[in-house]
Parts: sequence; C-alpha cells; structure tokens
Amino acid sequence: MSYPRPRDDSRRDDRGGQQGGGQRRFIRARKSCRFCAEKIDYIDYKDTRLLGAYIPERGKILPRRISGTCQPHQRMLAEAIKRARNIALLPFVTA
Amino acid sequence: MRVYEVMFIISPNTEESDVETLITQLSDVVTNQGGNVAKIDRMGRRRLAYPIQKFTEGYYAVFTVEGTGSEIAELERRMRVTDAVIRYITVRIDQELKRADKFKAARAKRAAAGRTSRSSRSRSHAQADTADEEGE
Repeated sequence: MSYPRPRDDSRRDDRGGQQGGGQRRFIRARKSCRFCAEKIDYIDYKDTRLLGAYIPERGKILPRRISGTCQPHQRMLAEAIKRARNIALLPFVTA
Repeated sequence: MRVYEVMFIISPNTEESDVETLITQLSDVVTNQGGNVAKIDRMGRRRLAYPIQKFTEGYYAVFTVEGTGSEIAELERRMRVTDAVIRYITVRIDQELKRADKFKAARAKRAAAGRTSRSSRSRSHAQADTADEEGE
C-alpha cells in the first residue's frame, strides 16, 4: 500500500494546455499535507488549537484545495471539526 | 472490548463541590454497569463556542470508558435527565486508535525497508516529494 501523498494542485492551473499562447504557466509552490509531514495519525477533536488553524473567520472547514491536506487526513480533520462543533469547542457559524 | 470517550459540559451555575460529586456519581454509573473508567480528564471552565441553553461558558470533563456499550447507554440516559449536564458527546475511539497504530506500523516498516534497499527514496513524504520534483 502506498502512503497518501499531498496532491499536486499546481497541475490544475494549466487547463489551457500548450496552445494557450506565449504566456508562461504560473507555477505555484507545491502544497504539502501538514499532517503527513508531522506524522499525525489521529486528529483529536479536543485539540482546538490544531483544528482552529483549519477554520477561517466564517467558521467553515478549510477546503483541501487551499490547505493542501491529503484526502485521508482531510477526512479525519473534517470528522474532528464536526465533533468539536457538537460539543461547543468550535463554532458552527461565526457571524 | 470497546473504548469510548464521553465528553460532557456541566452548567456554569453549579457549585465547585457539586461538580465533583456529579463527576463521581457519573463515573459510578459506569462502574456499576460493569464498565471501567480508565481516565477522568477535567478540562475545567471554558467559554462555549456558541451559547447552549443561554449559557456562554461551561465546565468540561472527559471520561475514557472501557466496556461493552451497555454502560454507555445507561450513562447517556443519566446525563439526559440530569439538568446540570447541558451537552454530552460519546465517541468510540478504539477503532480509530487501532487505525492510527496501523499507520504508525506501516510507516516504521517502510522506514526500515528504505534504509536497507532504496535508501534515498521514501524517507519522509516531504523529502520524497522534492525528490520527485527533481526527477521531472
């Protein structure tokens, strides 16, 4: 089994392909999954400090296309955030 | 055997001493049903992220319970009828911890394999990724 690797989102930006003209493609630095890098296997819903980094002002869950989190970790993260919301550690909405 | 984490919030207008008696009462419920309270974590008074029953803060506590599941049913029933408990959540954690251990073991195995044969590849993911980039 190969380990999940952070997806390369920069590849999405070249939708036009080569015939788009002379413009150079914009190459963004590759995002990487923080949880893979720090070898976190279980995301605890009680750890508000960690989870807080993945909820912007509005209180929504930060999409992984922004954060670069890999799919398995994003799933764990989303689950943890939802649990934390349930017990009032994190807000559902922020006005 | 299953392992659960039961987190609950006690309303802020209960006395300090009453909080302690309530916690021991609830843990007794578990032990009487044949379960085992492995750990009691008193997180203390915290601000709630949103108001619950018009309270803006509450006293948080977490039980780590080992048992079959029947004691959880009884504990939840007791918490529902206790007015001082304003919110609770039960999470079964044994499967998740097992999964985390599996990841850890897999990583250890991969690290060991990497050292012997393919030493430069697949040490950590960050390093593996940069190696990819150079190859392209």
